[in-house]
Amino acid sequence: MQSIPSEVHPVGARDRKQDMNVGDAERFVSVLAGAAVALAGLRRGKGAGLAAAAAGAALVHRGVTGHCNVYGAAGIDTSDKGRIEQAVAMLPANRALHVERVFTVRRSPEDLYGFWRKLENLPRFMQHLERVEVLDERRSRWVARGPAGTDIEWDAEILEDAPNQRITWRSLEGADVANDGTVRFEPAAGGRGTEVRVSLSYSPPAGKLGATVARLFGENPEQQIRDDLRRFKSLMEAGEIPTTEGQPSGRK
Amino acid sequence: MRALVWHGTHDVRVDNVPDPEILNPRDAILRITSTAICGSDLHLYDNYIPTLQKGDILGHEFMGEVVETGPEVKNLRVGDRVAVPFTISCGSCFFCTSDLWSLCDNGNPNAEMAEAMWGFSSAGMFGYSHLTGGYAGGQAEYVRVPYADVGPIKIPEGLSDDQVLFLTDVFPTGFMAAENCSIQPGDTIAVWGCGPVGQFAIRSAFMLGAHRVIALDRFPERLRMAREGGAEALDYTEVGNTLDVVERLRDMTGGRGPDACIDAVGMEAHGVGLEGWYDKVKQVTQMQTERPIALRQAIQACRKGGVVSIPGVYGGVADKIPLGAMMNKGLTLRMGQTHMQRYLQPLLGHVEEGRIDPSFVITHRMRLDDAPEGYRIFRDKQDECIKVVLKP
Repeated sequence: MQSIPSEVHPVGARDRKQDMNVGDAERFVSVLAGAAVALAGLRRGKGAGLAAAAAGAALVHRGVTGHCNVYGAAGIDTSDKGRIEQAVAMLPANRALHVERVFTVRRSPEDLYGFWRKLENLPRFMQHLERVEVLDERRSRWVARGPAGTDIEWDAEILEDAPNQRITWRSLEGADVANDGTVRFEPAAGGRGTEVRVSLSYSPPAGKLGATVARLFGENPEQQIRDDLRRFKSLMEAGEIPTTEGQPSGRK
Repeated sequence: MRALVWHGTHDVRVDNVPDPEILNPRDAILRITSTAICGSDLHLYDNYIPTLQKGDILGHEFMGEVVETGPEVKNLRVGDRVAVPFTISCGSCFFCTSDLWSLCDNGNPNAEMAEAMWGFSSAGMFGYSHLTGGYAGGQAEYVRVPYADVGPIKIPEGLSDDQVLFLTDVFPTGFMAAENCSIQPGDTIAVWGCGPVGQFAIRSAFMLGAHRVIALDRFPERLRMAREGGAEALDYTEVGNTLDVVERLRDMTGGRGPDACIDAVGMEAHGVGLEGWYDKVKQVTQMQTERPIALRQAIQACRKGGVVSIPGVYGGVADKIPLGAMMNKGLTLRMGQTHMQRYLQPLLGHVEEGRIDPSFVITHRMRLDDAPEGYRIFRDKQDECIKVVLKP
């Protein structure tokens, strides 16, 4: 098996999910075993104990992130993602990458659709978005945060707008990363709220520019969608997003 | 401000750290008037809970005075005296509105980490590792309380800190453990572990109508306190291994076994003889993260069709759980972090009406600056230490 050159990689070289080369079952075992090794190692302290702690921490890291440095160095990849990536690598470089996530939110489809449809609201829970400007009924300008204070902009249009059910959009000609997406709002059984399902497709360009742009635009898309949806859920249910950023600690 | 900071295994120090600030609209800041060291803090002290980081401020049992509120906190005013539940729950998700507060969907900013360990995340918790949110704890002069409009409970005048401090964790935790036993008239409840949670479980079991409570521990002062609460005390080190304990409990209950068994010990149980060494060795050699000796005994001893209730803390995986006994005796197992908001008001009522004075459990009072000494004696069970209360 071969690793994929980062230049043609859809989602950038340094993010975690993209680096995933460990399968799910193996990840689970890694987390548990790693935690145990780390605990025992830390308890013993000094020398062998600390080495064990470090080994354990590495296992936990491997399990949580799905990336194993040893596998990476050896070119081994046991994850689904790895298999998908290998398949993607065989295709022309700008084939789309598709991701989908679902969360249940304890609000009505009307409330959730209403909030989402005001596209200016999206940066409140989509971490990478700086702002969305609505240009007219269909078109909007999206501004994402890039590294070192650079912004990246693109225009998008709404393709389908089914009130309280579904919104579909796609980027317009000229976007560095062509993308399209759909959010669906479906009532969950038994008054459990609304199932909010987001699917996104990215078509990253080839080359170094593509990798850089993809990294800031769609860094680790699956993880990003999950995190964004979790923030959306908290914002809609609790009115705020839980955080510890800015709290005191004894770390200098 | 001054705060108790975790530096490593058995290394906690009171350091100067920045004061907390309001970070979210539903936050409040408290000036702490009393805070306690919990038995579960010892799992952190002993470094058995993963994802703790050097520099973390510990403490999840605290109360104090509101000094600042966020714009969305309408029910609290500066100057209010409040006790704060150890769990951080939003009050509006499916679980909070189902009265399952410790399972809140929106309390843990590090939910992803907990999902990797447990499939799904529990609520956030103060000062209890990054797995449960990484929130700064309350063994400090000040603390930030998220979702302050649904957590803190106002304390009426006339009640001392000592009387209400344990509403923040150990009293409701012991109470829920007893409630989970679905106590019927004539029931005998066996309680493993006579630390503060066990002590409150014993008293709560009687409040809920238990006929008898049998309390197991190995420390005379804890067994004495259990006896003062009405329990029959059993020093398991004088009885023997699991089989001997099961046999003794059967003898004490007319051959039936206890109707419900409470494991108020958790992941660091101490066994007797070979069995104790087996779990210790497996834990130290990373084959399991828990030493589930009390749980094993509770399952084995419980009568057919009975309940095993688990307030003791577990975090990872354990070995040699008698699944056959659970299955073939048709046991019910109930557990979970405490659904605090379910119990705060009713239990405050019990305190106000004098049915219980939770301060009975306090054995040590110290200044916050002496907290490291408090951890040490509590961990080593020195000086008959059962509960340490700290004053900033």
